[in-house]
Amino acid sequence: MLAKRIIPCLDVKDGRTVKGINFEQLRDAGDPVELGKLYSDQGADELVFLDITATKEKRKTLATLADRVAHHLNIPFTIGGGIGSIADVDVLLNHGADKVSVNSSAVRNPELIDELAKEFGSQCIVVAIDAREVDQEWIVHVAGGTIPTDKEMFDWALEAQERGAGEILFTSMNHDGTKNGFALGPLKKMCAILSIPVIASGGAGSIDHFYEVFDYAKADAGLAASIFHFQEIGIPELKENLKSRGINVR
Amino acid sequence: MTVAVIDYNAGNTRSVYYALQRLGIDALFTDDAEKIRHADKVIFPGVGEASSTMRYLKKIGLDQVIPSLTQPVLGVCLGMQLMCRWSEENDTPCLDIFDVDVVRFRPQHQEKVPHMGWNRIYDLDERMFDSAIEGEYTYFVHSYYVPLTSFTTAKCDYIQPFSAAISRDNFYATQFHPEKSGLVGASIIQSFLDL
Repeated sequence: MLAKRIIPCLDVKDGRTVKGINFEQLRDAGDPVELGKLYSDQGADELVFLDITATKEKRKTLATLADRVAHHLNIPFTIGGGIGSIADVDVLLNHGADKVSVNSSAVRNPELIDELAKEFGSQCIVVAIDAREVDQEWIVHVAGGTIPTDKEMFDWALEAQERGAGEILFTSMNHDGTKNGFALGPLKKMCAILSIPVIASGGAGSIDHFYEVFDYAKADAGLAASIFHFQEIGIPELKENLKSRGINVR
Repeated sequence: MTVAVIDYNAGNTRSVYYALQRLGIDALFTDDAEKIRHADKVIFPGVGEASSTMRYLKKIGLDQVIPSLTQPVLGVCLGMQLMCRWSEENDTPCLDIFDVDVVRFRPQHQEKVPHMGWNRIYDLDERMFDSAIEGEYTYFVHSYYVPLTSFTTAKCDYIQPFSAAISRDNFYATQFHPEKSGLVGASIIQSFLDL
């Protein structure tokens, strides 16, 4: 049986990890490769690197990062942030990335998903969706969640799947940063209507939250950042606990 | 020892090259038939689509070279599927090293396709695997699979049991990605290098 995946997410700027990282074991907590390797050694199933500056000029930094990660890591990894063209993706995959994640650029130009899937295969195209619940409707936001769009989340997820997305990474902005748990209701619905894997993101604060997102919402993967970076939850203890409660993890 | 990684028009061949580097092997990354023939070991990686990849292999003549190799050859993922007789993916005749057809997963209970993520491999054949890794997880990404056959050297369950690995004479292949399968994967590559 396919294992549920635990995915730490690293925010990267100019090739360095940013946002709180607190790891005593590391020489250099800013090096995304070193941090990625530590997570990999602890049993992370995959890593996501999110470039939060991602301007065109910085593209080279990202390719160098992809190359260094591929050199040192023996688990799959995804790079996202500011990716908007076949050329952008080509560079990253050719430097060792396994998947790329697209977000705002796909919302603005949905055909990008078709083009990328055709060129590189669905398996390496993750469509990330940032959404917020407004008046009982889940509205897709772009530009790091700052700008609302006219897209409804479930419609957009289905369209992305139809166009060739290989996975959906859904971040609930209502839950992100709260540590009060994932958006279980919308995640459960998302997992039920889609035939591609769903990565749950936003709100993880405890082991129970991961249990719920797998057991109740049926998510394929759970993604989190700060709880791992600040060692509030260790990946080994998280997996042990989930395993003991019947969740299939590696 | 020289190890050739066949460099062709397929995504992500580089990660195999890096995986070998982590094992201390500076592999030759090449599509040159002579270099491939003279290597001690050959790895045939691949992520992509069957028909366009076969077209490319024909264009550069590797469709003749690969089946004629006599040293140990390891196919990975699409590499494994292309070593079979035929693939349902765009009705593609393949290299016919293994007399078996590659077919698409057909979900029985809304299972997701592609089969993507970590899954257990079992019933490992000692010709290819250290028995210590029986039941361990490896990383899969694929929508087509090789059914169980007399060539099967490892099994995996998704929708139904299928071939996680196959071998025949000097040809070996895995559906999963050993280069992305953590320490278990590294040990599988090492076993191949030790053949």
